[in-house]
Amino acid sequence: MSGGSYYVPDQSRFPIFMAFSLFVLVMGASSTINNLDDPDSNSVYILYSGLACLFLTMFFWFRQVIKEHLAGLDSNQLKQSYVYGMAWFIFSEVMFFAAFFGALFYVRTLAVPWLAGEGSKGAAITAVELWPAFESTWPVITTPDKGAEFDLAEKSMTWPGWDHALEWLPLWNTIVLLSSSVTVHFAHLGLKNGNRRRFNSFLGITVFLALIFVGLQAAEYYEAYAHYGLTLNSGIYGSTFFMLTGFHGFHVMMGGFMLAIMLARSVFAGHFEEHDHFGFEAASWYWHFVDVVWVMLFLFVYIL
Amino acid sequence: MSAVIENHHDDHHHGPAKGITRWLYTTNHKDIGTLYLWFSFAMFLIGGAMAMVIRAELFQPGMQIVEPEFYNQMITLHGLIMIFGGVMPAFVGLANWLVPMMIGAPDMALPRMNNLSFWILPFAFFILLSSLFMEGGAPNFGWTFYAPLSTTYAPPSVTFFIFSVHIMGASSIMGAINVVVTIMNMRAPGVDLMKMPLFVWSWLITAYLLIAVMPVLAGAVTMMLMDIHFGTSFFNAAGGGDPVLFQHIFWFFGHPEVYIMILPAFGIISHIIETFSRKQLFGYSSMVWAMLSIAILSFVVWAHHMFTVGLPLAAEIFFMWATMLIAVPTGVKVFNWVATMFRGSITFETPMLFAIAFVVLFTIGGLSGLMLAIVPADFQYHDTYFVVAHFHYVLVPGAIFSIMAAVYYWIPKWCGNMYDERLGKLHFWLSFVGVNVTFFPQHFIGLAGMPRRYPDYALQFADWNMVSSVGAFLFGFSQILFLFIVLKTVMGGKKATGQVWEGAKGLEWTVASPAPYHTFSTPPKID
Repeated sequence: MSGGSYYVPDQSRFPIFMAFSLFVLVMGASSTINNLDDPDSNSVYILYSGLACLFLTMFFWFRQVIKEHLAGLDSNQLKQSYVYGMAWFIFSEVMFFAAFFGALFYVRTLAVPWLAGEGSKGAAITAVELWPAFESTWPVITTPDKGAEFDLAEKSMTWPGWDHALEWLPLWNTIVLLSSSVTVHFAHLGLKNGNRRRFNSFLGITVFLALIFVGLQAAEYYEAYAHYGLTLNSGIYGSTFFMLTGFHGFHVMMGGFMLAIMLARSVFAGHFEEHDHFGFEAASWYWHFVDVVWVMLFLFVYIL
Repeated sequence: MSAVIENHHDDHHHGPAKGITRWLYTTNHKDIGTLYLWFSFAMFLIGGAMAMVIRAELFQPGMQIVEPEFYNQMITLHGLIMIFGGVMPAFVGLANWLVPMMIGAPDMALPRMNNLSFWILPFAFFILLSSLFMEGGAPNFGWTFYAPLSTTYAPPSVTFFIFSVHIMGASSIMGAINVVVTIMNMRAPGVDLMKMPLFVWSWLITAYLLIAVMPVLAGAVTMMLMDIHFGTSFFNAAGGGDPVLFQHIFWFFGHPEVYIMILPAFGIISHIIETFSRKQLFGYSSMVWAMLSIAILSFVVWAHHMFTVGLPLAAEIFFMWATMLIAVPTGVKVFNWVATMFRGSITFETPMLFAIAFVVLFTIGGLSGLMLAIVPADFQYHDTYFVVAHFHYVLVPGAIFSIMAAVYYWIPKWCGNMYDERLGKLHFWLSFVGVNVTFFPQHFIGLAGMPRRYPDYALQFADWNMVSSVGAFLFGFSQILFLFIVLKTVMGGKKATGQVWEGAKGLEWTVASPAPYHTFSTPPKID
């Protein structure tokens, strides 16, 4: 709450352009996905134009917001609104991941054992008649239908034991992502102390680490698909593994992209002041959030 | 409370822009509120037309009017449109109009995002409705879209449905973030949390629920999309997944969702009953705590929708008791409204009629909910018309009556004209009779064993189905009268004063009617 008079913005074209871009994007995405089997389908161009419109609108919208801010139009109250807005947005992202973690916990502790006939509910389940030989293990490498509908993987991505720890990519990914959370914090400290060079270099390192993480993740996926036979088609283990790490990886890319933009704004335009840098701070919050999600993933998808 | 100090520093901000761009590019909370309300009205009529198709088919046993496949599409779209297109946008529209005025704010906290949240909706519902004309028809798996009906056996249009739910969800999340931030950050000095009008409180809690569960819905439809097109097996036991997992995720969203559709109604009804009883609300803080408890409990009761899927006994017992616990804070609210009316100087203007009907009929819906919460009884009632009667009692004379009450109560403030009281009362009585004739008999046919979602039924259900259909058409056509009354009021009518209602309290009544385009340019003084 603040005194003084209120700030009310002018009309804006950006929102409806953004809504329209989203419309084109999802129409394109739906028809592309529905026509995956049709090589003559050109719905993917609708998807691309939707994406292009979305990025353009976002670019100009954010540019407008930054311009208004630099022109001193933002009241303290509005700045505080952005802070609250970002915090609640991150909370919504937490809940999105919660859905997938919930699915993981549910199948691991309840559904898979029941399918194998364990527990009082398992004894009553009809699947026992259908797939009597199914045994409950996690990771589920052999699916209940023994590969009739789903592919059987040869190997999972879980902890390989101390002997092979150093060649295990998730461990390196953890080190990379945790360090990047530290470097982004150093960058923040640098900015707060008015040390622009320190800010730029640590932020640069963070973005670099983000790229390494995404690269390692891609290498891991390649390994899974090419050598382990572990795909989206490999039953519930593959489903939860790729969806959880995949959405996390996607969020790393978004977070890394945001940080890269902040770096560019600082290096090329000299944006951000010691006490006025919420754009960067929001991106760094997002980065810490992505990091925490990874720790949960490391624990529940890879280790346990 | 002091009058508002008009202090414009910029002539540009005086009034709305001219022409269509006013609506397309607006950042004004009142314009956006109006857009939301009209959009929701349009969806209410479209979804209502679908209900008429359903009731026409059920007028007599046997197949009369539509194909069973089309009937399933009507069932599905009626539910989706009424929930996501009718009730939710109406409440967001009311929040847009009222929350900034009630807390002495100039506008919503993030006005451009506010415009975005609205304009996504027409596109999302265009996609959803266009699926009617697609190959294989519109989604036909019921509004709860259980797997594998919505995955393995779904029509191709399910992909469009999934993405339209995605963008609807984005719209809801942004709208809710806006409301939360507005309430947390934009209150005029002196509007403390425990002095906020109850409608504002109800929306603060609702918005929190929305931000918590809409992403879970996004997760559920994403898993569906992956199962259908990319070979995952979240909901397929052959790969180690479980179709029941879908129901768990869906209802973890779905149960808070039903409170999203009733909490703002609680806020509205509290204001209206207070005004027309000309008394202070019986217990303000107990109302706030009741809403908070209901919201918290809503996260731990989801499996009461799934008693018959074969949950472990311990789970059934837990979810039964947790559900029954909700009756306590709800009872607090009902007794509070009744105690507010007790020995008040009550007058029965249209908003008050709707509000009293809300209290009585919502309580009926709440009590049938309590019956459904009892596990052994639910085994009998599950998926019968008793369930249909239950949730229509909480949604139609609950949520929708509260929206109508709110429209009658605040429309003088919105457009500066009084509505026609005689027509308003006629609309109320037609709706009241219609809604009860429609849904009360469904309790009987449900208890007698008629399952929901079928286009045909056994002969012994014929009489009450006919009564129900007659009621539905009465209710449906009375809403055209509502449209007429609203249009008549917007066009003209007796000029309203600023205060409008003798007993009304709150900042929105201190400004002129119609409320100026920008209500507060400086924080108002609060006594």
